[in-house]
Amino acid sequence: MTPPPTARPALWPHLLLVPVTVATLYPVLYVIKLAFSGTGGVSASPWPFPTAASLDAFAAVVQRTDADGRWIFGAQFGNSLVVATAATAIGITLSCSAAYAFARFDFPGRRFGMIAFLATQMFPGILTMIPLYVLMQRLGLLDSMLGLALVYSTTSVPFCTWTLKGWFDTLPKELEESARIDGATRLQVFTRIILPLSAPAVAVTALFSFMTAWNEFVLAYTFLSDEAAWTLPVQIRAFVGDKDVQWALFASSSLIASLPVIALFYALEKHLVGGLTAGGVKG
Amino acid sequence: MATVELEDLEKRYGDVHVVRRLNLRVAHGEFVVLVGASGCGKSTTLRMVAGLDSVTAGTIRIGDRVVNEVSPRDRDIAMVFQSYALYPHMTVRENMAFGLQLRQTPAAEIDKRVRAAATMLGLTDLLGRKPAALSGGQRQRVAMGRAVVREPQVFLFDEPLSNLDAKLRVQMRLEIARLHRRLGATMVYVTHDQVEAMTLADRIAVMHEGLLQQCAPPAEVYGRPANTYVATFIGSPAMNLWPVTATRDADGLCLRGNGLDVHLDAAAAERVRAAIEALPQDGAGGREVTLGVRPEDVDVAAIGDAVLAVDVVEPLGAETIVYGQFDGHEPARAHGRDPPTLQRHEGPAIVRVAPSTQMRAGDKVPVRLRRDRLHVFDVHGLRLAHADGPP
Ligand SMILES: Nc1ncnc2c1ncn2[C@@H]1O[C@H](COP(=O)(O)OP(=O)(O)O)[C@@H](O)[C@H]1O
Ligand SMILES: [Mg+2]
Repeated sequence: MTPPPTARPALWPHLLLVPVTVATLYPVLYVIKLAFSGTGGVSASPWPFPTAASLDAFAAVVQRTDADGRWIFGAQFGNSLVVATAATAIGITLSCSAAYAFARFDFPGRRFGMIAFLATQMFPGILTMIPLYVLMQRLGLLDSMLGLALVYSTTSVPFCTWTLKGWFDTLPKELEESARIDGATRLQVFTRIILPLSAPAVAVTALFSFMTAWNEFVLAYTFLSDEAAWTLPVQIRAFVGDKDVQWALFASSSLIASLPVIALFYALEKHLVGGLTAGGVKG
Repeated sequence: MATVELEDLEKRYGDVHVVRRLNLRVAHGEFVVLVGASGCGKSTTLRMVAGLDSVTAGTIRIGDRVVNEVSPRDRDIAMVFQSYALYPHMTVRENMAFGLQLRQTPAAEIDKRVRAAATMLGLTDLLGRKPAALSGGQRQRVAMGRAVVREPQVFLFDEPLSNLDAKLRVQMRLEIARLHRRLGATMVYVTHDQVEAMTLADRIAVMHEGLLQQCAPPAEVYGRPANTYVATFIGSPAMNLWPVTATRDADGLCLRGNGLDVHLDAAAAERVRAAIEALPQDGAGGREVTLGVRPEDVDVAAIGDAVLAVDVVEPLGAETIVYGQFDGHEPARAHGRDPPTLQRHEGPAIVRVAPSTQMRAGDKVPVRLRRDRLHVFDVHGLRLAHADGPP
């Protein structure tokens, strides 16, 4: 056996990819550098690697309290968590059932519904801000976690529905028919056959919903006025105020805020890899 | 009593008429095989019985109950799909238990039935595995086990063996036959494979373009095909069909055409002669019919009805199949009045001979048709008479 000839890697992809990688990583590295530079002020040097290893900024962010002595960081972190989790739960519940209906039932308005969902994705989200604000105000949901969670879930439902419908379409109809003959009701088919087989798709859409809600700034900034009701992105932005720019707090709170998303990603990783349906039909 | 009755059953998809006025009664404990070429409406028929497809017109009865509007889960049937349709996220045990759990069967009873089915089908060691870790034959067996544990009134099979290789197919065919014998349950089985149909069925229902052509026990479908479609569909190689013109002569009938010159004297093929003579004559005193002869009913003889120009010889070991043409064969000759649903076989002449017979491509061999094995069909392809056995 002669080893297969190893192709000499071409040079030009590297010439392209190295600058792109640097451009992508530079801001992230810079944020890390800022976060670890302590609270004493920031150098203007363009060097992206940490020059200090101070945790002062992190401590300052985590320990922040407001004028009344309330633990503001805890409240805001909790807000973000509640809003993102609720938005994900509501969004996934709605989009799973909607996607199943779109995938399997033939009803008047099916095509129109799918296209309408797609159409909402074509406009910039900011267009809906004023109507949403009016709606929230009428419903008394301004400054409320529930209101924000509802808004977030509705914005993620179209994407999640399309993704899940695409997945459901790939599940063989015979599985459901077999289950129906075995004695399952429509609902049992959905909960005991379809959903367990859809873990990868649900994981992807859940991650998407959570991340969208967790990182969202504009709507949260608009709907939440009380500092204790803020979510983390609003607070992060607030560190970079008009008169008072706290780059170190901005950077360290950004890093803290990204931790739950990273954790969630790792938790869902094994579901993100598909292949659960292998072997059920033919093979 | 687990009978299945289809009465004037119809299925249309828009303009497409998939099943037409189907009437079929499956007796309790009977094994009926629906057979036909792909697309003839077999699966649709079975799916209507299962309740997976709606009925356009007609009635379906299971036992004494009209089930047209009954949901699949309440029909007390089990179905084995061509694709097996095992639940990929469940183990073999869970797959088999699923239906029983949904029906709130006590756990001990579920366990008992799953074990019994697993033993019967040789699945005991596989109960903890997921479908992905099974071979095709094992999956097929799990699909059958899943049906068996339910103890349904009626078993439905839709081409259950089509995804298996040839050897496994034979093995599973035997297993299904054994299963039927052991359970004595009513079974409706769909296949396009005539060997499966012949070997498994108590009765075969041959379908073509949504129409039931004939429903009878295998021997009868083979020995007395109702029309030229059934004649060529059942049996391999297919029955020879030759358009001929029958004229009277001194002591009987003469059938001529396609290079054939068959004389039926007063002693031969009485029913065939009678049936032909009952037909109206054309101006020249002839009657057009289609003569049907199975390949095994053609003998090499000193004085033949025709001379076979051998084209291809296929030695199969136990027998040899010879393909050829009769001298004087007119390729385009056919009756022009056949309705489109009844196909006419216009291929070469096919003869089945003993493997010891010496024959080579290019040989010219006189052949004789067995008088007691002739079939005649009218110009529409419908059976007029056959020479063999009871009428
Ligand atoms: N949902 C459908 N819509 C339109 N035509 C269909 C549909 N399902 C089946 N058919 C048609 O019905 C005919 C019979 O199908 P089927 O019963 O599956 O045939 P078989 O099982 O005998 O191969 C085919 O010609 C097929 O194209
Ligand atoms: Mg079919």
